[in-house]
Amino acid sequence: MKFPLSWLREWVDPGLPAEALAERLTMAGLEVKAIEVEGEALSGVVVGEVLSVERHPNADRLHLCRVSDGENEIQVVCGAPNLTVGMKSPLALPGVRLPNGVKLRRSRIRGVESNGMLCSARELGLGEDAGGIVRLPDDAPTGADLAGWLGLPDTVLDIDLTPNRGDCFSVLGIARDVAALTGAALKSVEVTPVAPMTDDVHPVTVADPNVCPRFAGRVVRDIDPNAVTPLWMSERLRRSGLRPIHPVVDVTNYVMLELGQPLHAYDLDRVAGPIRPRFASAGEKLTLLDGREAAPGTDTIVIGDDSGPIGLAGIMGGESTAVTPGTRNVFFEAAFWPPALMAGRARALGLHTDASLRFERGVDPGGQARAIERATGLLVAIAGGRPGPLVDLVAEDTLPRRADIRLRRSRLARVLGTDLDPGEVSGCLERLGLGVERDGDGWRVTVPSHRFDLEIEDDLVEEVARVHGYDRLPEITETGRYPVPPLSEQRPDPRRIADALIARDYQEVVTWSFIDPATDRRFTGRDPELVLENPISAEMSVMRGSLWPGLLRAAAANLARQQERVRLFEIGKSYHGNAAGPIEIVRLAAVAVGPLWPEQWGADTRSADFFDIKADLEALFAFAGATGVAFEATGHPVLQPGQAAEVRRGGERVGTIGKLHPAVARELDIAGDVLLFEVDLEAAFSAEVPRARPVSRFPAIRRDIAVVVPEEVPAAQVVEVASAAAPDIIRRAFIFDVYRGPGIEAGRKSVALGLILQETSRTLTDAEADSARAAAVERLEQQLAATVRE
Amino acid sequence: MQGLDELVAQATSDIESADDLPALDAVRVAWLGKKGVLTERLKALGSLPPAERPAAGQAINGAKRTIQERWEARRRALEQAELEAKLAADSVDVTLPGRGLGAGGRHPVTRAMARIERIFRDAGFGVRTGPDIEDDYHNFTALNIPENHPARALHDTFYLPGGMLLRTHTSPVQIRSMLQEGVPIRIIAPGRVYRCDSDQTHTPMFHQVEGLVVDRDISMANLKAVLHQFVESFFERDAKLRFRASYFPFTEPSAEVDVMWEDGRWLEILGCGMVHPNVLANAGVDPEEFTGYAFGMGVERLAMLRYGVRDLRTFFENDLRFLQQFR
Repeated sequence: MKFPLSWLREWVDPGLPAEALAERLTMAGLEVKAIEVEGEALSGVVVGEVLSVERHPNADRLHLCRVSDGENEIQVVCGAPNLTVGMKSPLALPGVRLPNGVKLRRSRIRGVESNGMLCSARELGLGEDAGGIVRLPDDAPTGADLAGWLGLPDTVLDIDLTPNRGDCFSVLGIARDVAALTGAALKSVEVTPVAPMTDDVHPVTVADPNVCPRFAGRVVRDIDPNAVTPLWMSERLRRSGLRPIHPVVDVTNYVMLELGQPLHAYDLDRVAGPIRPRFASAGEKLTLLDGREAAPGTDTIVIGDDSGPIGLAGIMGGESTAVTPGTRNVFFEAAFWPPALMAGRARALGLHTDASLRFERGVDPGGQARAIERATGLLVAIAGGRPGPLVDLVAEDTLPRRADIRLRRSRLARVLGTDLDPGEVSGCLERLGLGVERDGDGWRVTVPSHRFDLEIEDDLVEEVARVHGYDRLPEITETGRYPVPPLSEQRPDPRRIADALIARDYQEVVTWSFIDPATDRRFTGRDPELVLENPISAEMSVMRGSLWPGLLRAAAANLARQQERVRLFEIGKSYHGNAAGPIEIVRLAAVAVGPLWPEQWGADTRSADFFDIKADLEALFAFAGATGVAFEATGHPVLQPGQAAEVRRGGERVGTIGKLHPAVARELDIAGDVLLFEVDLEAAFSAEVPRARPVSRFPAIRRDIAVVVPEEVPAAQVVEVASAAAPDIIRRAFIFDVYRGPGIEAGRKSVALGLILQETSRTLTDAEADSARAAAVERLEQQLAATVRE
Repeated sequence: MQGLDELVAQATSDIESADDLPALDAVRVAWLGKKGVLTERLKALGSLPPAERPAAGQAINGAKRTIQERWEARRRALEQAELEAKLAADSVDVTLPGRGLGAGGRHPVTRAMARIERIFRDAGFGVRTGPDIEDDYHNFTALNIPENHPARALHDTFYLPGGMLLRTHTSPVQIRSMLQEGVPIRIIAPGRVYRCDSDQTHTPMFHQVEGLVVDRDISMANLKAVLHQFVESFFERDAKLRFRASYFPFTEPSAEVDVMWEDGRWLEILGCGMVHPNVLANAGVDPEEFTGYAFGMGVERLAMLRYGVRDLRTFFENDLRFLQQFR
């Protein structure tokens, strides 16, 4: 909502400078987002009067005129097409700097001296019109300072209104709040009715009052088609951000800005039969005022006549009945359209108008007749004409009704945390224009029709707080007792895990939750099911099934920015299932590309490989205290065959680790090996609460075994089988060598195992250690076709 | 035959002139060994008359002890010198960097988020989370934003088929938590949120932290206090705040909070208010018995202010050169 302060001050003048007023409004919820001063640079421009006009002796298109600046006659060369003798127009004299930066000098134009300039609106920064010089009203006093005469400079406030304050979409609405906030008196809202000069009415048929609870209309006949919008009005419109168009349209816009009620004006001679507000029928189309075609849905209200739809109710009128320069007979419409039936309709048609904005937020259901009276009065003053009687069709029971609201002093004190003085509370409410009556220990408040946002007791609490000032409320720390729930020690703490990974030289990133469908399919091997209906772009149109694509993109982008070593991780959700049953899983994913270590002295450089990233993941398991983790070879849509593993815990798949398929890496423009893992955070890292066991005081004995097993036997199985041979005394079994080559037949490998043996209650004997080793060997031979290398 | 004093002097000279441990050992053998000079002298005692033997023996042993002591001292000195020489050869350039991995870093948004969480945890708030893919009811209707409410148009919602959507704020967690846990309740809810909007100051995904406190007598004065404390804790300085009236369908009264920045400007940092009675009722809480406050803050906004980040979009470009400033 943009408007000049000069206009507001006509309604209420709190005697505050613009900045102070803006601050007060902002604090009270009417956020002033801009304060602009209009017409600051017009000093030195005066009202000029054209005394004579002659042809320029040396140029066909130029004129030579004599212009009075009130004291002297000045010779001016001018090329404007609308130059006439006797007209008043802004005259800039030498030495003046115009708003467009031009500094005027005496000059010779085609050999003739020009000692001033008659100005167009654009040259003065007063509009876009550059097609001719400004025609000032005939009563403009010759020689007067133009800025002063126009009421310039003027301050324009632009206010960001919250959706609940539809009542402030007008100078009147803002003025009401200013009056309430500052205590300054508000000018009377009464509009003098215009007496009808004919009994001419145009029929309006409201078939369903739920669609149109109120429709006020009026015929004005025989207006002067040559009338022009007076400067004071076009200036106010312009300063409010609207372009003057036509006196009739300008009047409707002016009243809308002033009172908040949008109006529409029809060229009555172009309306065929009764006007009927109704829902659009299927397939109906119409051409709008701005020339655009609209095909309203059947949930959208249109204005129809015998020819079909002639306007979109509360949004925009139609071209077929629009007011044109030749219009003589006018029909004004001011309706109340239910906000629920307006919501989203303009948007659905790609439209957004001053009218639709107001109707969607709600207009005063009691303001239609007043708006028609005001418009009629203004139009008759500008363009004459003979008004018919005001017609106000209203179905009271379909209009929004406001019940009285009771405000308890106790509730007010409880919600605000302070007990305000009852006299102040009454004053706040009264200044807002509400009806206030003391009612026991509280108030009974009657809400006027324009404050349709006030519904419940707490709405009044806010009004009181707003007028009182939020900043004047105290600060008090609450002293409640809140439940302290059990703190889980099994669930992993993502931040700890993240810190562990950061300590292992991984950088955290945050990537989009949505990706493109092809990539998602590529990485999950499934068609994406969580597809956005209105994505920002196709690249961000499905919910990711894996964190890898985002990480890989980030890695690729960094590699392209001359980073040779990139190690990234993200903790975030992946999305599964479908829209009917979405499943969100918090995951940890990491990617490593490039050398294992940063380039440095005293250490050889080598690329990170599968076992490096596996070590990182295993370190996290150890760090989290998560046990029972197994890695099983697997196939995966984007991983290199033979370097891909499922990460399993307790029989469940909890993640994947591997090396990116070189073909996929190439597609992503990544050169070099790419190592990745992704695990479900909770399933992977949940841990038992540790239970302390006594530490054995007796020495441990080590026995080694080297076995040759078939290539396809996983190393993990060798460890597992050996450990199971004497679970009570084998504390740890680990692989210290894997060997293939001379001495080992093809298709087999040698695995060297170390066994750490220990009893908790006594010293283990060598004989016992030997027999445990023998048991392990026997099992390896039996279960894994192993042969022992002695 | 030489006198003992002479012998001691000669032995001492031999000891002092031994430059290393092998040379010193040779001196020991020559003087104190089985066939050493003094050993020979002791052996020769037998040839003395018996009456002279004790005194002569005492004198020889005294000389031997003296030589032994001097020899030991020399040995310790030579060993010490040898160790020092060895260590000197082993010294390193301590300014060379350490070997191995470097260190990664945290993303500034999660860094700020962790900070916000920590502050509220310390103040006794629990942390709750909710789904990103929400239903219309929890994201809008239960929060007093019925269908066709003009506020819906401001939310620029991403929709999925079947009326599901990506949550536009973390506020649905208010409803879910109250329904699940009942009241009194004192929680925050951090997480990702989504708006169908992308330009210099908007990203389609961003992060919020929601706060909710409901109890029997929670007031706006409490809300003002907790937010003031939070802001001062987060920015580690005294902060001037202003609460200005605003509008959210799920709070009444509602406020935006601005903080006075170093340059004297007011910067909007969060929205808040008293939980709307309809929201409490929708969550099964009697609004006559309980009142509450709620707030919601944009994590990126706070991170930008805290760390001097100028462009919101840099948070999501994941440029290592940018990210590594926030280790």
